[in-house]
Amino acid sequence: MTKDSRTNQITRSVAFSITDVLLMTKRNLLRYIRVRELLVFSTIQPVMFVLLFAFVFGGAITTPGVSYIDYLIPGVLIQAVVFGSNQTGVGLAEDLSKGMIDRFRSLPMARGAVLAGRTLSDTVRNVFVVVLMLGVGGLIGFRFQNGLPAAVGAIFIAVLFGMAFSWISAALGLFVKDVEAVQTAGFIWVFPIIFASSLYVPVETMPEPLRFFAQLNPITVAVDSVRGLALGGAFSPPIIPALIWGFGIIAVFMPLSIYRYLRISKESA
Amino acid sequence: MSGENLSEGISVRGVSKSFGSIIALDNVNLEVTKGTVTALLGPNGAGKTTLIRILTTLLFPDSGTAIVSGYDAVRDARRLRSIIGLAGQNAAVDENLTGRENLELVGRLYHISKSEAKARSNRLLSKFELTEFADRRVKTYSGGMRRRLDLAASLVGNPKILFLDEPTAGLDPRSRMALWSVIKELVKEGVTMLLTTQYLEEADHLADRMVILNRGKVIAEGTSDELKSRVGGSVLELRLGEPRELEQAVKAISGLTNGGIQSNSESGIITIPVVDGTSILVSAIRRLDEAGVKVSGIELRKPTLDEAFLSITGEGGGRAGLKEVV
Repeated sequence: MTKDSRTNQITRSVAFSITDVLLMTKRNLLRYIRVRELLVFSTIQPVMFVLLFAFVFGGAITTPGVSYIDYLIPGVLIQAVVFGSNQTGVGLAEDLSKGMIDRFRSLPMARGAVLAGRTLSDTVRNVFVVVLMLGVGGLIGFRFQNGLPAAVGAIFIAVLFGMAFSWISAALGLFVKDVEAVQTAGFIWVFPIIFASSLYVPVETMPEPLRFFAQLNPITVAVDSVRGLALGGAFSPPIIPALIWGFGIIAVFMPLSIYRYLRISKESA
Repeated sequence: MSGENLSEGISVRGVSKSFGSIIALDNVNLEVTKGTVTALLGPNGAGKTTLIRILTTLLFPDSGTAIVSGYDAVRDARRLRSIIGLAGQNAAVDENLTGRENLELVGRLYHISKSEAKARSNRLLSKFELTEFADRRVKTYSGGMRRRLDLAASLVGNPKILFLDEPTAGLDPRSRMALWSVIKELVKEGVTMLLTTQYLEEADHLADRMVILNRGKVIAEGTSDELKSRVGGSVLELRLGEPRELEQAVKAISGLTNGGIQSNSESGIITIPVVDGTSILVSAIRRLDEAGVKVSGIELRKPTLDEAFLSITGEGGGRAGLKEVV
């Protein structure tokens, strides 16, 4: 085989891989658009959390130097994308139970396209949810206070964490396999790390052992980064640790999910 | 069977596969000639689906080789996928997409051009009588329509070899007939096909050859007639006028054969596997007459495939008249 035809072949297969990922992304996004309940409920939930925390708990929580709404909204961005990422695993478990994964695996498509398409479409949805949260936040008084580049950076960190948690959810979905079990399992482990973090309240208010956990919690790192980038002032964003967590999670769970995907089948464990 | 045909068909040599302590396939050999249809028969858990999954690259065998149209199912998996079609046990179609979108998606994933995918989808939709519903979401489809769409999806890539895993499971008789006629048409077009089924009638209707699996082993293979003849000659069927005289009747004829008499107390039907049919027919009638049992019907016939299947997969797997395949 000449060097040229080899290069051509590689170019072709890269082009096919990109097409495969985009086809799968489109297929998954159509699900969000067509199954309206899914979109409605997955957006109502974070909006409800914003309103409940801002108005029910907000008065009782004191935050240093900023209004509670300014403090809360950056955290809610992380909460919305992390809760939303559960859909990645649920979607994969559904495809598995309906035999779709078998069909895709029997096709000459790129090996990682099903998973990449799934996490990519969930990332697109996360961008939509983040923008919606910012809109709701804006209505109740939230403002970015640190300039446009920092605001873009804040959104980037939120979306990156959504993607990272999508890959965790993908692995969970492929290991647990049962749709309802994935749904429940996905929330059970997420709740403690969401609440035992700086997301709703400053960690300084927590008792010692919990504070220790909260300070190490990647959710705290992500929230502090988004908050620091959005508000500036006294909040210094731990951007490097946040990027390390975000990309680190992807670096572990992406290969794990792909490994599992290539060996998975409906009947055999 | 020429070597050329073999390389174009399916060739399974000594394939074994276990899941933990469960042996799903135990040294399985199988040949499917190009352009023919083979049915894999067997009770639940016999290993039919595992074999299909290995041949379609979804599972790797623990040992042995599986060659499909010249491609090794492990080493050449990627190239193999572009020349096969699979319709699995579930209708693997996306409920939130329309029928047309499903077919076009699968077509694009076979890496055919957008326009070609559209053209083939249109052709298949009309062939499977789905044109009218092409732009409705699959969610609104009936079970039979989903199966037809699933089968259509397995054909978008113009596969050389088609694998159907229980294509009609769970369908009502009418939908099953409709699907059969579609499959028969594909057979006429010369597609090489391996299908699994639990319905003997289906295998008899669609397949040139049958392979019977039981507990992961091939226990018999051949054409429908060959399998039937392995039960041993013919079957004598006696229908009693009074079903309550059954016991008496069985007693009267029990000396005619060495075992194998089956009787049904509700219908009053007795079946006897026989080798020399005519002489037994005469003595059976004489003995029943002497015993005073009324006979309302008598028939000497070939065994049905069900009888052959039961006799082959039953405890008497190795009994006289049945050649074990090793």
